[in-house]
Amino acid sequence: MGMNRRALLLTSAALAANVVAPEAAFAQEQPRRGGIMTVHFPSEQRILNPSLQASTGVYIVGGKIQEPLVDLDAAGNPAPCLAESWEATPDGKTITFRLRRGVTWHDGRPFTSADVQFTAMEMWKKILNYGTTLQLFLEAVDTPDAHTAVFRYSRPMPLNLLLRAIPDLGFVSAKHIYEGNDIRQNTANTAPVGTGPFRFVQYERGQFIIADRNPNYWRNNLPYLDRVVWRVVSDRSAAAAQMESGQLLFSPFSALSIADFTRLGRDPRFEVTTRGNEGNARTNTLEFNFRNPILADLRVRRAIAHALDIPFFIENFLGPFAKVGTGPIPTTSPDFYPPNMPQYPFNRAQANRLLDEAGHRRGAGGVRLNLRLNPAPWGEDIALWSTFIQQSLNEVGIRVEIVRLDAAGFLRTVYNDWNFDLATGWHQYRNDPAVSTTVWYRSGQNKGAPWTNQWGWTDAETDRLIDAAATELDPARRKALYADFVSRANTELPLWMPIEQIFVSVINRRVRNHSNTPRWASSSWHDLWLAS
Amino acid sequence: MPTLLIILAGMFLLLQLAPGDTVDALIAQMGGGGDAKLAEELRRFYGLDLSIPAQLGNYLWRLIRFDLGFSAIYGKPVATVIFERLPATLALMTAALSFAFFVGLVLGVIAAKRVNGWPDTVISTLGLIFYATPSFWFGLMAIVFFSVHLQWLPAGGLENIASGLTGFARLCDIAAHLVLPTLTLGLIFLAIYLRIMRASMLEVLALDFVRTARAKGLDETRVMLRHVLRNAMLPMVTLIGLQAGTMLGGSVVVESVFSLPGLGRLAYEAVVQRDLNTLLGIVFISALLVIVVNFLVDLLYARLDPRIGTGGAP
Repeated sequence: MGMNRRALLLTSAALAANVVAPEAAFAQEQPRRGGIMTVHFPSEQRILNPSLQASTGVYIVGGKIQEPLVDLDAAGNPAPCLAESWEATPDGKTITFRLRRGVTWHDGRPFTSADVQFTAMEMWKKILNYGTTLQLFLEAVDTPDAHTAVFRYSRPMPLNLLLRAIPDLGFVSAKHIYEGNDIRQNTANTAPVGTGPFRFVQYERGQFIIADRNPNYWRNNLPYLDRVVWRVVSDRSAAAAQMESGQLLFSPFSALSIADFTRLGRDPRFEVTTRGNEGNARTNTLEFNFRNPILADLRVRRAIAHALDIPFFIENFLGPFAKVGTGPIPTTSPDFYPPNMPQYPFNRAQANRLLDEAGHRRGAGGVRLNLRLNPAPWGEDIALWSTFIQQSLNEVGIRVEIVRLDAAGFLRTVYNDWNFDLATGWHQYRNDPAVSTTVWYRSGQNKGAPWTNQWGWTDAETDRLIDAAATELDPARRKALYADFVSRANTELPLWMPIEQIFVSVINRRVRNHSNTPRWASSSWHDLWLAS
Repeated sequence: MPTLLIILAGMFLLLQLAPGDTVDALIAQMGGGGDAKLAEELRRFYGLDLSIPAQLGNYLWRLIRFDLGFSAIYGKPVATVIFERLPATLALMTAALSFAFFVGLVLGVIAAKRVNGWPDTVISTLGLIFYATPSFWFGLMAIVFFSVHLQWLPAGGLENIASGLTGFARLCDIAAHLVLPTLTLGLIFLAIYLRIMRASMLEVLALDFVRTARAKGLDETRVMLRHVLRNAMLPMVTLIGLQAGTMLGGSVVVESVFSLPGLGRLAYEAVVQRDLNTLLGIVFISALLVIVVNFLVDLLYARLDPRIGTGGAP
């Protein structure tokens, strides 16, 4: 992971932001006060405090109760939240945040720079996933007065990188709640105390979470809603039925079945959209284990890529919310996306030829070789995709056995025990290739670290390009380096990312002012309202 | 007690065979980004850095002191987590079992009375359909029909959270939420009770004492209720004792489809998240409850059939 840290810290270009046009039609309407927003919560989390865990499952709840220093505006640019302004010294080692005055925690205590200092040093730097990497070189947070927090770094921290990262990795927790106790065991982890527009009220395990309007919210007269209720519904079909019966108004992050997206998309009562999730792109992967000598042969990997008819699969199984992927950097990232990279279009004859060349002749029953495929259990698309791979490869004489495991079993088997031939899951692209993309290709990852290069593949040229891009300060040169990286990755093909997707939201049309920022589902919803 | 111990140790070892531990499950939930130090720290936090025998020993030692341990998923003591779920599980189980038992009994009696007639054919066919249909399909269709189209009943959940109802109104609300799950869960059991009751009635009807009762001039209703039904009930009571155990474990399918906070979903979640303490706690509590139910069933036997004594010579 050493690479990842350096890459994060030395990244000078801004994290790619996706511009979302505010909805003109809704802006005309007079917002209505009151109402209860009901949200689909498909899987329960162990904690709800986003200063301790960076994941969409936590943001969907905790992001309404606690707030970050900085948020993103509709255009995807940093916007003041708990911090009103910020500045960096020319050497990039000191970054000062001027905090908002008159903000109080839900228990009435004032929000001060001591809270920021405590959260940054004890949570972001020590516990928060991705935060530990981002804040690795954070030495101290000084608090010259109650409304100034000065972050001191031992190496330069590009202001732009920090500002793009902290809308997700910069949620603040109250020092007086956590100080002096074991942070992991604190009861506030599942009953969060924040400064946000909604106050935590109740969490009934297996049923619901309730948060009520915060009457002392610092944005005057906001929020519009009286209450937010998250209902735990683990069954996808049942959740779709609850959307239809009006018990749920919003299902975030692709939590319904693909068939229901299509069905509800035709229903005038609902909006089915990827808008508001632009910051959450992912690609479907096909991962190869190089410890199997058959797969260490580039011709076999290319043959497998050529054997898959991606446009056919997308059209027939995934529908309009997916498109053909071209490699590790998705098209949703215009700051880094390189066009015209080496591709592997569907060509069964070519696949057969490559396999013949590699010496895998068809044997009895037309079978050339047998491989195991481990699909990740995260989504319906992966299950469909793995069956599609199985059937497509069967056509070129590769018999595939699908080994299905649950989440813990999959991570352990593939990334720690390396007990697989092919694996498939999601690569999450987090706005900059240095955050969570290049780790899939850079050698020297810790054994067992999921979603990193555990393939047994090392390529000096790839490592050089990744390192050079991570230390390059000029945005244009950095983009060119990443183009070379993608070119190399697509040529050597240690893994293949042929499909790209954005999370899908299903929203009742009574809900107004929704999806108005690139991380809307994770944001605070202070301006959200419900039409009658 | 030794049985319970073997079950618990067996479950513990069985779960060790599943690849991955609760930290892997947590990392899957976080979406990565944790360094190696974090995983190590978490394993220490959940007590997974110890050897397996040491973990098992710790668990049993805590159990002796009636401490079920700490739930990894919910961050609360396991006992609290389970007792939060018990009311919903018991309510659903009692409702579904009573529904299945009484309706099954009545239908079984009618079918036996008109054996091979049209009521028998209709009832038996319906029973077969109920038994053969998967409960998730029944549940979803019931939701689509009664909740989405007719809007008569809620589509899921245990109660209307937003309403702020109290007292009797709240009870009615919960009852309304339990109608569809009870029917869904009950229909499958109903089919079993119906078949057993019918067969049992037919068997008893052919016995000599029934002919005697009729011969001494008792009217048909009295023969049916006092003589036949009472004797035909014995297999039903046996069955209810057995099925109470099954139902206590909760029904993952029905609870998931109707978003109910029952023990079945909790157990499922505990397996997926490799939350050993919670899973073992559920096994422990369920085992205790099964013992209690079976004891009650034994007492009921004695009441129904005086020949079954409470010990000693008849």
